[in-house]
Amino acid sequence: MKSVALFSLFLFCVGANANSQIKGEKVEINVRELGSPGSVWPQPQHYSSTTQTYAVVAEAFQFVYSSTSHKCDLLTEAFKRYETLIYNNVATIKLKYFPRDVASIKTLEVDLMSPCEDYPSDHMKESYALDVADKASLTSDTVWGILRGLETFSQLLWASDSNQVVVNKTNIIDYPRYAFRGVMIDTARHYLPLNAILQTLDAMSYNKFNVLHWHIVDDQSFPYVSDVYPDLSIKGAYDDRTHIYTREDIAAVIEFARLRGIRVIPEFDSPGHSTSWGKGQPGLLTPCYSNGKPDGTFGPINPTLNSTYTFVKNLFGDVKQVFHDNYIHLGGDEVQFNCWQSNPNITKWMSDKNITGDYSKLEQVYIQNVIDISETIGYSYIVWQEVIDNGVKVQSDTVVEVWKNNHPDQEVAKVTAMGLRAIVSAPWYLNIISYGQDWHKYYQYDPSNFNGTAEQKALVMGGEACIWGEYVDATNLSPRLWPRASAVAERLWSAESVNDVDAAYPRLDQQRCRMIRRGIPAQPLYIGFCPHEWKNY
Amino acid sequence: MQFHVLFCLAVMVLAVNANRQPGQFSDDSYSALGNEIPLLGDTSPGSVWPKPQMQTSSPMVYEVAVQKFVFTYASTSHKCDLTEEAFKRYEMLIYNTASQLKLQFRPRAVPSLTTLTVNLMSACEEYPSLHMNESYSLEIGDSALLTAPSVWGVLRGLETFSQLMWQTDTNQVLMNKTSILDFPRYAHRGILLDSSRHYLPMEAILHNLEAMAYNKINVFHWHIVDDQSFPFVSRTYPDLSGKGAYNPSTHIYTPENVAEIIEFGRLRGIRVVPEFDTPGHSQSWGKGQSGLLTPCYSNGKPDGTFGPIDPTVNSTYTFVEGLFTEVKSVFHDQYIHLGGDEVSFNCWKSNPDITKWMALQNITGDYATLESVYIQQILDISASVGYSYIVWQEVIDNGVKVKNDTVVEVWINNKPDEELAKVTAKGYRALLAAPWYLDYISTGEDWQKYYLYEPSNFNGTDAQKQLLMGGEACLWGEYVDGTNVTPRLWPRASAVAERLWSAEDVNDVEEATPRLNQHRCRMIRRGIPAEPLRPGYCTHEWKNI
Repeated sequence: MKSVALFSLFLFCVGANANSQIKGEKVEINVRELGSPGSVWPQPQHYSSTTQTYAVVAEAFQFVYSSTSHKCDLLTEAFKRYETLIYNNVATIKLKYFPRDVASIKTLEVDLMSPCEDYPSDHMKESYALDVADKASLTSDTVWGILRGLETFSQLLWASDSNQVVVNKTNIIDYPRYAFRGVMIDTARHYLPLNAILQTLDAMSYNKFNVLHWHIVDDQSFPYVSDVYPDLSIKGAYDDRTHIYTREDIAAVIEFARLRGIRVIPEFDSPGHSTSWGKGQPGLLTPCYSNGKPDGTFGPINPTLNSTYTFVKNLFGDVKQVFHDNYIHLGGDEVQFNCWQSNPNITKWMSDKNITGDYSKLEQVYIQNVIDISETIGYSYIVWQEVIDNGVKVQSDTVVEVWKNNHPDQEVAKVTAMGLRAIVSAPWYLNIISYGQDWHKYYQYDPSNFNGTAEQKALVMGGEACIWGEYVDATNLSPRLWPRASAVAERLWSAESVNDVDAAYPRLDQQRCRMIRRGIPAQPLYIGFCPHEWKNY
Repeated sequence: MQFHVLFCLAVMVLAVNANRQPGQFSDDSYSALGNEIPLLGDTSPGSVWPKPQMQTSSPMVYEVAVQKFVFTYASTSHKCDLTEEAFKRYEMLIYNTASQLKLQFRPRAVPSLTTLTVNLMSACEEYPSLHMNESYSLEIGDSALLTAPSVWGVLRGLETFSQLMWQTDTNQVLMNKTSILDFPRYAHRGILLDSSRHYLPMEAILHNLEAMAYNKINVFHWHIVDDQSFPFVSRTYPDLSGKGAYNPSTHIYTPENVAEIIEFGRLRGIRVVPEFDTPGHSQSWGKGQSGLLTPCYSNGKPDGTFGPIDPTVNSTYTFVEGLFTEVKSVFHDQYIHLGGDEVSFNCWKSNPDITKWMALQNITGDYATLESVYIQQILDISASVGYSYIVWQEVIDNGVKVKNDTVVEVWINNKPDEELAKVTAKGYRALLAAPWYLDYISTGEDWQKYYLYEPSNFNGTDAQKQLLMGGEACLWGEYVDGTNVTPRLWPRASAVAERLWSAEDVNDVEEATPRLNQHRCRMIRRGIPAEPLRPGYCTHEWKNI
């Protein structure tokens, strides 16, 4: 009797998927094709799934610890989130009929094999094993792996045409290809309200991203509220009451991210990209001269004054207290020399130091100092590629971010040949938009495709999808980021061989509809529809 | 005394703006991105988009009593249900402007405005049309008066009035002494949305009709069906959506849905012109109407695929007449858009029945004529149903004979000025869409090129220029659905809105930028997630996430 019910359900499912099954033909339980409903994004490393399905009791589904499992506050929170997500799959829909006697799953047993950890880090382990059969179990060495496995489990569920929530018999062993899988947001060109950042973190967790690179300040505005230098945001924010991030705001972001296994790395980019800093910190920026007089404009941070380094040290000390991660991004990109060249005090100082005319060297002096300060404070650091291109001596644990889209493979080869670790963002500037399916090119860029030894390849830590803020704010952030960043997510998580755009399309399309269902307005890949369209106006 | 207070206030306002002036923090490293400094405050607050034809404002200000502001009719005014509804909407908008704000202190003795007196000079009209009069005059002084010869002008004037309000840093809502005389440059100012490549939920359409009203757009060109899906529910041919919609229960527009959209548009003075594009772009039609599309042949046999509508069988025309008769009863506007673009001949060429029919008609090999035969019949059917019609330019390019009152829409972005010259030289009225395909996206301030395209800039006589009815911003749906339609459309379509409403000489991007930025922030405040122009901020950012 039970097998008959299962048999009918199976017939039904296949009919819905392929339309090719002939009624009454002998049916076998088969390996499922990728792209069938309930497919996972990013694609797990090892995945086998059959056409046998179980009914999921979505309205009462529970996660439980195995008897041997460690327990963890992170997981308690995650269980609640995913129980709600699973419940929401059925909350708004009516079951059209209820197939009888289908084997059902009411719980997922979670086995966390080592003690709880507090914060995600650059060396967290994210591997997990998931087995969905007559019993469903999720096993991992770490809480981070459990988080990734819960996300995978939630994606395995799908609603049949009769609105029954089902899951296929599935076995997964999974782990990320790269340890650093980031999304960069920019809150200086446009301020992003807190809920826009939290929504982004939610979407990141649906795509197994694990780093939020927060480009928090830049030329245009300084929304970071510093306890040590309050004038920075008072005078440098777009609006010092409404367009700021207080210590509490940032703590909320970090906690929200922590619960999802996402690190938050702030970027305080200097000595360029710092115009807004000067508003609240007189004497920090270099006064530019025209016709022998200061002309009222300012250039990069002035590297020739001791006061500069006292300021940076105090600011970074403050930052270290607020942001938990061991890494800070120091920027160091696009430093213009014009203003330094115009300033007679800079010229004199350089002459005293015997570096007359060598502005790269001047930049190097600054960066070297800032790096030393960061080390003193206890920070590891990431820098944009120019720091290395300009020959600054950096610590061996420095991470270099390759962003210039001019032979980034050669740059990665160069950086790793120096023994430095690298992350790649050059091919993934999602703020650059064009007509059509640009996700193809993001998907097909392989970060390991450069001339280098196996040791060098191992130094590539991962990459980032960057959405710079010149033309992006809360009105368009989410649809511009998703599902385009999802393409990057799979490139960084899944095996190198998972690179076929046609095979990815139906899975990615499902992932976009899934994100919409979960409250993320992910834009279309191409013509088509989602069963539940975006209606949140 | 009163003068003194006013004077101080005016000085204060100027000072507020001056403080926000950019300048001393310029950095050439970002010059490529243009002005990186917040735009807010760069222009007089309370500026109007699209820019009125004639406006004078003085630094003298009035306080708008937002909590109790009302619109009233002048004693001689006609009354109208449309204006009643509009009064409610704008009272709400004005109230909302201040409802979340605390007044920080209250300057004394500023003259206040509590009412706008509305004088509608002619009888109420029911539906907006191509011939509606949208002119109005607006006087803001010790009293405030809006006068218009038609209800449509009153609607436009109310929108303008609502845009004149601005807030001080102390959250006081003010309005400058202002005098405006305004009217549109072009009568047809449209936006095309495509609900076939992706279904647009009702909420998305209504939401964008509101944004259209904020930009004085007056036509919603609804490209409702196409190859990909047929969401229009026909009572005569229910299988069209039953089999042609993405989902026949959730991804459809019932006659009630359509009526709601038309009513929502009507209340805002926006026409709803549906497009039923044939004989190409009709794959989805074939699913619910067998025998309509041309079966394509391979190796002498039907290969299971279909081409354009079959123009050689009588059943086609019976069907079209039945469908269009129903469409006419559902959509109120005098116009239908008949499409007629991008007809591919391959399938017709492969089909032996078509070949035979063409031989009998002595048009062997002349597929353009075959297309003309179809279009001609469709035009005749539309005329007999009582419709005036718009067609895409191919219909004229292919030499189809059309009625004199046909409107030809120029969309191919290859010398659209020459096409306009050609179409108007033949005496037809024209619409321009070619420069305003907003589905084509790129990084940067593409609104500038939309803004700077001058539709009248073609070789032609004054009489020809008169035949240009306006234009449309088109947001085709291949990559657009409810998730991104609004930020992709606004404020880029606002650039087109000003081009079509305001005077020809209002074409300075630098002057327009701060006004457009203000307008984007205003849209955000009103619930429209209009995307940024360039780095900067809005006092109230989008938070409806």
